[in-house]
Parts: sequence; C-alpha cells; structure tokens
Amino acid sequence: MKSIKFNPDVCVNCETIDCLMKCQYVSFKDVAEAREEKLKINDKKDSRVLEECLTCYACQEYCPVNNNPFYLLVERQEEKGILPAPRPIIEEQLRMMAPKGRITKQKVSGPVVDMCAFPMLTGCVRGKLFEGASTIVGTDIFCNIMWLHFAKNSTIRERVPEMIDNIMSFYLKDADTDELICFHDECFGTYTSVADAYGIAVPFKPVHQFDYYNQRLDILKDSIKPINAKIVYQRPCSNRLCPQTDKVLDEIFEKIGAERVVRKYDRQNALCCGGVPRAHQRDELADELVEKNINDMLSVGATYCVFNCPFCMATLGQEVAEKGLMPILVSDLVQIALGE
Amino acid sequence: MTTDLINRLGKIVGPRFVSGEAEERYLYSMDPGTMPAAAPDAVVMPANTKEVQQIVALANELNVPIVPMGAGLVLSGLTRALKGGIIIDMKRMNHIIEVNPQSRYAVVEGGTSQGMLKAYLKKHHPQLKHSMPDAPPIATMAGNVCIHGSGHLSVLGGSHSDMLTGMEVVLPSGEIIRTGSCSVSGEWFARSPLPDLSGLFVGWAGTTGIVTKLGIKLFPNYKHNDVLIFVAEDADLMPEIISRLTNTQVAEDMTPWMSPKPAWAKGFLHINIAYGAHTKKELTFKRNLLQASVREYIDQKIAGFLPLPPPQKGRFLEIPSPDLARFADLRKGGGFEYVGAMMAIEHFPEAYRAGLAIAEKFNVSYSLGARIIGAGHCMMFFFAYAFNRADAEDVKRASDALDATNTAALKIGGIPWKAEQPAQKQIIGKMDPGTFSLMNRIRATLDPNGIMNPGNWEI
Repeated sequence: MKSIKFNPDVCVNCETIDCLMKCQYVSFKDVAEAREEKLKINDKKDSRVLEECLTCYACQEYCPVNNNPFYLLVERQEEKGILPAPRPIIEEQLRMMAPKGRITKQKVSGPVVDMCAFPMLTGCVRGKLFEGASTIVGTDIFCNIMWLHFAKNSTIRERVPEMIDNIMSFYLKDADTDELICFHDECFGTYTSVADAYGIAVPFKPVHQFDYYNQRLDILKDSIKPINAKIVYQRPCSNRLCPQTDKVLDEIFEKIGAERVVRKYDRQNALCCGGVPRAHQRDELADELVEKNINDMLSVGATYCVFNCPFCMATLGQEVAEKGLMPILVSDLVQIALGE
Repeated sequence: MTTDLINRLGKIVGPRFVSGEAEERYLYSMDPGTMPAAAPDAVVMPANTKEVQQIVALANELNVPIVPMGAGLVLSGLTRALKGGIIIDMKRMNHIIEVNPQSRYAVVEGGTSQGMLKAYLKKHHPQLKHSMPDAPPIATMAGNVCIHGSGHLSVLGGSHSDMLTGMEVVLPSGEIIRTGSCSVSGEWFARSPLPDLSGLFVGWAGTTGIVTKLGIKLFPNYKHNDVLIFVAEDADLMPEIISRLTNTQVAEDMTPWMSPKPAWAKGFLHINIAYGAHTKKELTFKRNLLQASVREYIDQKIAGFLPLPPPQKGRFLEIPSPDLARFADLRKGGGFEYVGAMMAIEHFPEAYRAGLAIAEKFNVSYSLGARIIGAGHCMMFFFAYAFNRADAEDVKRASDALDATNTAALKIGGIPWKAEQPAQKQIIGKMDPGTFSLMNRIRATLDPNGIMNPGNWEI
C-alpha cells in the first residue's frame, strides 16, 4: 500500500498552520495549540481534531504547500478506528455504492461525460452545451471520494483503481478521445488530487466541467443571451481539491451575465451544505450551518442559488427554494444563457 | 336451489348486482394468499343496510351460509366461502356519511375504501387524516377495523379497532343494532361509557354480523412531515431502541424492517419513524427528541440514522407505503401472504431469528418487519413470503413456511393476526378453554342457524 504523499518537516516548520487555524468548525486558541494538534496527527498520536473534524476537505485548500493535510487526517482516523459515523451507516453505504459488476462495453465518442454513479443526472447532458456527448454512469465507475467523509481511505485505495480500469476497459480504450469530462467535481478531485496523493495512476485526461463549459461558451458565444441576474454560489467540499477551477467559474459567470454576489460564506469561507454532518449524526450542527448559509445568501438579494455539487443541491435545494431562491446546477444555468 | 337463490337475491338488489356465474364464483373463491380456493354459490352486492338485512333474512330462510367481504384483500382467506353460500360484497355501500371536524371522527358505510376516505378528507377536510394501512387503497375501512388492522398512525392511536367509535351492524338474525355513543345520542364520538358491544364484531372474522356503518377517529393532518430511518446491527437492542423512541411520544408511525433485498440492507435492522408538525420549528424539535432518545447508541457507533437528503424521503412518506406491494411482486405470479403476529415488544429478537430460520429452512423469499402499536404497547411482527401462484411448488413452500411461522409465533408468545383457518385452530389449541367456550356461546346466541362465515373460529 502506498502511503499518502506528505512531508512532516513542512508542518514542523510551518509558521501559520493554516490547515487548522482557518478551519471553520474546530477552534484553536492560537497557532501554538494548532501546531501541537497538527503534529500529534502527523505523529500518529491522539488528537481531538480527529474526533471533531467535519471532513469538509477545506484544509486541503488552506495548506499553502499542498502537503495533503486532509488525506493524512483521514488516514489517521482509519488507523485509530475513529468512525465519523456509526458503523451500520458506513457499512450500508459501502454496500450501496459498491461496484456491482453490471458494466458492459459501450461505444463512446468525445466528449465523454462521466456522470459518476448517478443516472438521475444524465438528463443534464443535453443541448448545444453537450452536443455530441456520450455519457457514462454507474457504481462500477463511481469515483469513491465520498469515503473521505467516513474514514475509509482503504476503500478509496481498493476501489478507485478498479473504477479507473473500468473506465478505460469498457469505454475509453476504444474511444476517439482520452479526455473524460467530469460532471461532478468529486470525480475530477479523485482523478487529479486524490490519485496524485495516493499514488494511483490515471491513464486518461480528466477535464473539469467548468473548463469544458468555459471552452464551449467561447465556441457558442454568439448564442449567449446574458441572464443579467445576481446569483449566490454554494461552493462544495470537493472544489477544495481543485481550487483553481473557481476562477474558471468566475469566467463562466461573466460570460453568461451572472453576477456572483459577494457574500460571507463563499470562496475559501464556503460553508458545508450540511449533508455530511447529518450522516455524522450531527443534525443540530447541520441545522446551524444551513441557517447561517441561507441567511447569508438571502442578505445579498440574489435570484439563483447555483450549485456545483448535486449532493449539495439535494441537501439544500428545497430549503433555498422555500426561501425564494431558485436552486440550479451550473450546467443548467449555462444552458439558460444559451437559450435552452 | 341456486337458481332460486339467484332470483331471490336479484329481487333484493336488482339483477345487475347478483351473480352465480362461474367467472364470478371463481374470482370470489380466493384471495392473493396461499389458502385453497372455496367458491360461493352466489355473489351479491347490496346498496344499503335494508338490502343487507333482506339478504340475511333470505339466508336464514334457506339456511345458506353468508360471508361478508370488503375488498377481499385480507390475504389469509377469511372471505372464502368455506361451506358455499353467498358472499356479500360490500363495495357498493361506500358513502361517507359524516365528517365531524370538531370531534374528529368520520362515519362511513361498511364498504367505504381507505382510498375514498383519504381522497374525501384531502378535498373537503385537508386539516384531517385517518390512519391508512399499507394495503392497496381499495381495502375497506370496515374490513380493516374488523381484523384489528393497523396503519400509519398506529403509534399515535393504536390499532384501527382502537380508533373505532361505533358501528351499525346487521346481526345474523337480521336485526340492526348500533354500538357506541351513536346508540344513545345519535353522534358517533366514542365507544365509551357504554358496555363495549363493538367487541362482539371485531376480530371474529365475520362470524357474528355484517358491519354496515362505522365511526372512525380522525387526526390532525400536519403541514410538515418527515421520516427518519434508524439502523442497528444487533437484534437484541431492538426492544430497548423501540422503547426509547416511543417514549418520546413524537412518532405517528414506526415500522421496523429487515430484508435481504436490496442487498445493502441485508443483516441490518431498520426502523422507519414517521412524524409530523404544524411548523418547521416544531418538526425540528420533534426530530431532536427522537435523536436524543437513542443518542447513547449513536455515540457508541453501533446504530444511527441513515442520511437521507429531502428528495429521497418522498418514497418513505408515501401513504400507503409502496414497498410491500413491490415485495409482493418479487416472485411474479401474484402470490403474497404474511403471518402478522401480535406480540409484546420484548419478543422482537426471537421473532426476527425465527423468521430468518424459517426462510432459510423453506428457501422462501422473505421480508420481515413490524408495526409498532401504541406507545410501544405491542407490535404486529410480520413474516412476509412472496410466491409465484402459477408455481405449485412455490405455493407449497410458502404455505409450509407460513404454517411453521404460525407455530413459531405462538411459541414465542405471540398470536397470529387475522389468522387463516388452520392458524385459528392453532390459536384455539392454546386458548383458555373458558374463553373459547364463551366465544361459542356468543356465536350460538347471535347466530342460531350457524350461517355466518362458517368454518372460521371452529375446531
């Protein structure tokens, strides 16, 4: 088993311990305390952070030198048997999302859009934005990054190579492209950040949905009808693994005439949608996060609440709709601007 | 005699509503369960109490058995004409006579279906609801009350017979009587404070009279509804978990389920907990109470609530639940039966293990579960077996499994619910002799000619 790519000396010499000091869910009185806890984690000692962590991935982004603090934390949780959620909950989900061996060879041609394990989302791939696209979907190509929320790095190590192999063997090997458009940025995070940190080889080229939309909008620029609306954006945990794409999203919004209104809980301060804390049986914390987040959204007077992650939308969509904001995925917002 | 019977029934209800034809006799000879067919000589559909009375008088005159029937969905063959005679199909008597929103009860005719009352309340009294069983919506109110049915408000209000407020019944002699408050005041608000004569007709498998009207309790229909699914891995914890959850007095319905399909659920014990509230704040408060009641198990990481985003909750909030119907179709061929046994909550682990052992022994497709009745006062534990009716071996396997389950349920201390004829005999075998003797004397008094659904509750 390859260990997580990580350099302990970097943390010893780190002046800011941003990974913990910037955390929105675990508090430290000063940098010294944060450093003490971080070094405990690194040294495989008990740390309260292992128990209190919300598993929001944000420390991956906060670390200024990409030293994989979150992946290491999950590794330590699993080593110590610290379960963020009750055992039956984790076990049932492991079974639900397990590869079913139902995959069959399918002729695909570019652009090939990876819908992860969620067939209900394939309807999003339509119109000019996805012209000529093939979709692939199912638990046999599930990215498996969700196990970071459940102290299951071992499952990631076990299943991700199999998924990659399935994608290649059943779809891309005989396709006219080696690019895989990741509709969910958890997939992109898996095949870039996770794969790199865990030493998993990826034989295809993952393309983030935002990069794909951005390029398509350049091609389709004559079809764009600016929506001229204010939007708030719910940045998901998985985007912490590919923060460079947030700038691409800004370009997309600019091209379609959507004003991403500045609010407190966006960018690096993005708040968890509440879904994972509920899985961790921390509903009251989830309620608090949802209330703070939606109140913040409402305070800036937007029309749309734009989601990148379908799970965030499933978790928050109804709540934001009841408060008068229209929940919508980035792809659907772009399609509105394309007159579809 | 049959031609004479048909003609005379036709004079009572009109020729369109009586039949002695082979097709009808076949269709009415069975239900979807495993009990062998037993065809009636005639099927009749009365339109009102007077017609029921006349049919009963005719049956007495000709000494012909009569079998009252709602939707025929009891699954345990209670509406088969074991000794021939007339099946009285009550479906035409489907009027909703009264809804009292202030005292929260409805008065309906004996053939009114669950779906009709639900639809009526939704349209005319959206602030009210009644407790629906997880049967197809055509199941009748009266039929379900008479078998001590239960439904999606049973934690709140007990079994459906507990929700009964009174009845109008045509006795086997043809007399019409009323039970409950309506026998004195004309209003159908309660069975108390009178001698509770409704008990003469509930649980008797149609052997003591024909229910032509009944009053049923209604409950507030909440604006906000939610469901939690608690998952555990140790059956021995279930009685205490159920006790703690019901101790909050928050849930409207609690239905444990254990099934090998879907595969992710195999080996785990789930409890669906439905609850509602008038405001979101109240809903959250209730959720917190439920979660706090089992926090100890959550903190030990041995049980917890399944994370369900709002869009995934819809199917669990459907009333009636579609899941049992899906299971019923598992083997295709339209066969489905279950032993529901009423028993004390503490027998949950034994019942669960007995169900698993029987399913393995007889190699049958199974689904085990329960509905909690009252605030943890008892439960209806069900052992459901799907089978293919067109496959005789499959039917035999399911039938043998059901028989073994009845035996196991009685051994555990439970009592088979809406018991089919062989199970009735098993129950009688364990029953206090004085009780059975009194049952026989009551029947002999009410039905001296022995015309009411003969073959049931007999040795």
